[in-house]
Amino acid sequence: MTISSAGMQDAGPVAVETAEPVLRVRDLQTHFFTRDAVVRAVDGVSYEVARGETLGVVGESGCGKSISALSILRLIPSPPGRIVGGEIRFHDQNLLELPMSEMRALRGNRISMIFQDPMTSLNPVMTVGAQLGEALQLHQGLSRAEAEDQAAEMLKMVRISEPERRLREYPHQLSGGMRQRVMIAMALCCKPEVLIADEPTTALDVTVQAQILELINDLREKLGTAVVMITHDLGVVAETAQRVVVMYAGRKVEEALVEDLFDNALHPYTRGLMAAIPSHAPESGDGGRLAEIPGIVPSLGAAMTGCSFAPRCAHATEVCHNEYPPLEEARSRHTVACWHWREFAGDKARP
Amino acid sequence: MTASSAPLLEVEGLRKYFPLNDGWFSNSGRQVHAVDGVSFSIGYGETLGLVGESGCGKSTVGKVTLKLTDPTAGKIRLRGKDITGLSRGQMRHHRRDMQVIFQDPYSSLNPRMAAGDIVAEPLVNFNVAPRKEIPEQVAELFQRVGLRPEQASRYPHEFSGGQRQRLGIARALALRPSLILGDEPVSALDVSVQAQVINLLVDLQKEFNLSYLFIAHDLAVVQHISHRVAVMYLGKIVELADTKALFGNPLHPYTEALLAAVPKPVPVGRGAKRKRIILQGDVPSPVTPPSGCRFRTRCPHAFDQCKVEEPAFREIEPGHWAACHLRSPASKAGGMANPAVGEPSPTANG
Amino acid sequence: MLLTREKDGALASRTVRDGRTGQFRAAAIRLARRNPVAASGVLLLTLVVLLAVFAPLAGTVDPDAISPIHRLRSPSLEHWFGTDSVGRDLYSRIVYGTRVSLLIGFSVAVLSTGIGFLIGLLAGFNRLADALLMRIMDGLMAVPPILLAIALMALSGASVGNVIMAITIAEVPRVTRLVRSVVLTLRDQPFVEAAHAAGTRGWRILFIHILPNTVAPLIVQATYVCASAMIIEAILSFLGAGAPPTVPSWGNIIAEGRTLFLVAPYIVIVPSLFLSVTVLAVNLLGDGMRDALDPRLANRM
Repeated sequence: MTISSAGMQDAGPVAVETAEPVLRVRDLQTHFFTRDAVVRAVDGVSYEVARGETLGVVGESGCGKSISALSILRLIPSPPGRIVGGEIRFHDQNLLELPMSEMRALRGNRISMIFQDPMTSLNPVMTVGAQLGEALQLHQGLSRAEAEDQAAEMLKMVRISEPERRLREYPHQLSGGMRQRVMIAMALCCKPEVLIADEPTTALDVTVQAQILELINDLREKLGTAVVMITHDLGVVAETAQRVVVMYAGRKVEEALVEDLFDNALHPYTRGLMAAIPSHAPESGDGGRLAEIPGIVPSLGAAMTGCSFAPRCAHATEVCHNEYPPLEEARSRHTVACWHWREFAGDKARP
Repeated sequence: MTASSAPLLEVEGLRKYFPLNDGWFSNSGRQVHAVDGVSFSIGYGETLGLVGESGCGKSTVGKVTLKLTDPTAGKIRLRGKDITGLSRGQMRHHRRDMQVIFQDPYSSLNPRMAAGDIVAEPLVNFNVAPRKEIPEQVAELFQRVGLRPEQASRYPHEFSGGQRQRLGIARALALRPSLILGDEPVSALDVSVQAQVINLLVDLQKEFNLSYLFIAHDLAVVQHISHRVAVMYLGKIVELADTKALFGNPLHPYTEALLAAVPKPVPVGRGAKRKRIILQGDVPSPVTPPSGCRFRTRCPHAFDQCKVEEPAFREIEPGHWAACHLRSPASKAGGMANPAVGEPSPTANG
Repeated sequence: MLLTREKDGALASRTVRDGRTGQFRAAAIRLARRNPVAASGVLLLTLVVLLAVFAPLAGTVDPDAISPIHRLRSPSLEHWFGTDSVGRDLYSRIVYGTRVSLLIGFSVAVLSTGIGFLIGLLAGFNRLADALLMRIMDGLMAVPPILLAIALMALSGASVGNVIMAITIAEVPRVTRLVRSVVLTLRDQPFVEAAHAAGTRGWRILFIHILPNTVAPLIVQATYVCASAMIIEAILSFLGAGAPPTVPSWGNIIAEGRTLFLVAPYIVIVPSLFLSVTVLAVNLLGDGMRDALDPRLANRM
């Protein structure tokens, strides 16, 4: 695997054109077997992320983005869930074939994850230092004293003031932003190659969100970590990702470089999402209507023929209702799953 | 702005303190200064957006304004009448004029009541119509908010989040109020559903000449729906202006930081890094707010006077109010028309 | 729950019918299909109840008929479970004992639930009442239920009625605590606030908003109280502090068989089995009801 120096550049999108992907998800299928139906939470999703790059995975609730991330680390509660197909290649290994003991060695060590709600993701009865030290002792075999020093270093790296004091504090004594930093510190303490961030800032205030996103970006540059940033917020994606994957109803509907996506989104869902956001610019006044996407996200349990977005799509035709569109490469590094994407090529993303 | 007679709602010097439960008999004397001197007014058919981060007191302002909880101090005037001191029983009459839409579409509807009954409850409470006619009125409300009247017999868990929120709106609309408090009404919804509900609220405002007190933390939504916006920090309003003026020309450093912090759905251009104001540190505790200006511990432009004296809430430009020493002509640093948006002072506060 | 999407995208459930009783019936049928364990508990309990109700028709003889010549017979065709130390037919005694146990179990469940509900409601609503009442409840709970029951029985004398009263008093604190915590949680729920904002008066809020939402956990708790009461009654009788010896309760039978265990173990074993099975059935029913009544809220996926 060639580690190109491209991974070390700043948050510009040019960085990773030649880098080998560190993590490759191929045709992943994760289904939940409930009493009444099989819920196809992730139904054939592929994406990859390279060293030092941030891949944004964006979609609304129920689209399967979080489940796809949990599948990577095989954290799907089973029953009722099960990864039924596809492969997840980390370097050359297929993670789905690894025995659990080796998966555990990977988690927190070479592939880490941070979650949305830092309060429930941190153990309330263990001090911050103990939790940080746990990962270090486990994966790097450090002694308790060494782990404590490392932990203090990590807290400094995530810009928590008075790190020595914080080590002895409990999660409830910290603010939301600080807890999220602790989570980031825990995730990065073993210098993982991949960081999966599942809505890391959704539960935080806007100003704290900005701090955390900047922190993740800086650490990514410093450590060369590949970041999978899962979010429903297109703004977060715009500010942190180089490439973006848009998911809908368990499948990938569009993938592109970030500017390309915002300038020339080709899938009606992506375009609809962008049009539905009240645009944050001084020129936009009040009272204007937001473009709506009628209807609601489909239930993942019902069997569906045709494109899953067709019932809500203003441009749907008969073929859309009958056959699911394949992913086509519309442009360089821009794929889309829509029968009619050619009609949208050339228009600006926002009408 | 509409200059027709007295405003619908006037709030003056509103304060709400909560006693801290940390003693044997639940009162150690310390208090949470949730709302500490807030004043604003809302005209007919107008939307006032109230923004701020968690802990700033905006939800409490909403609840106190509607007298869902009693204020510690201050005055509330509805249609010119002072309702501050009214008892629960006396307030009932005014309830018809002020209604609420809550944030969580799941817990704001009684899970054991049918949708139609939920919407009918206000009508039943006030005997708005004879029993027989209520289902008809409920059906009409359902249609107004985009729900099918046949669904009136269903239970909340059978509806989606967006639909439940519509039910909440129908319930709020039932008594034809003049003022609706929206306490983060779209925050729990997906973007695509959010757009539907926002459009609905705007349509209803036009149709019924409703006023909204719209509380939210999402600045883009507030910008879209509000005529005027107030920014709150730690229990106080720090800036209040017309929407265009506030977003186009923020006068308070906190407003600037808020606007700069919102991730915009516009990709960063190649190479060019967006200028950011990243505030250091976290919001101070509302039990012991900082002396002088409350924002000074995180403000990139704080100077000596900020520690000593609390800035007055002044009309800096016509219709544009702010509480900041930088803007007051008498301050030492006065005269700075628009401090440069730049790097914050390197004081790392956790 | 299979969801169909209707034309305008509204979610509708095919299997849920309109109206509350219709919903409950449908839920019950679904439960039987998907949770056979709970369903078997219901079945078992129904059998026990039927046995109790139709005791005279279940091939029994007079449970009090003493016949010393036939004493301590092993189980045979004539006496299905054998006879006890004074020749009474054990089968009949056990079957009639079912009545006693069920009566006590259900009575305690109903009474303690009713009383606990009222007290818990009051405590949840009024801070002063809360402080006062909960301290009393704490005091009651500090004493182990059985000791409390024994003490009360000693004060009031042996009779089925007194047994019911004693066990009820011992069980009320737990129910009160549950109701109180549910009421406290509900009071802060947005939908209660919404009711206030809509002008709903206090008592209406209580009946329409608070009460229906306490029913589910209360019913579940009631089944556990029932099971507990039956066991406590058996223990009381075993210790001689329960129903009078003439009453054929399972505890009494076991008590009588204690000294004869080596000679006639069936006198202890059979009623114990009946007790265990009944308690199990009630517990399964409670678990099943909890599943049936609660997940409506958990249905959003």
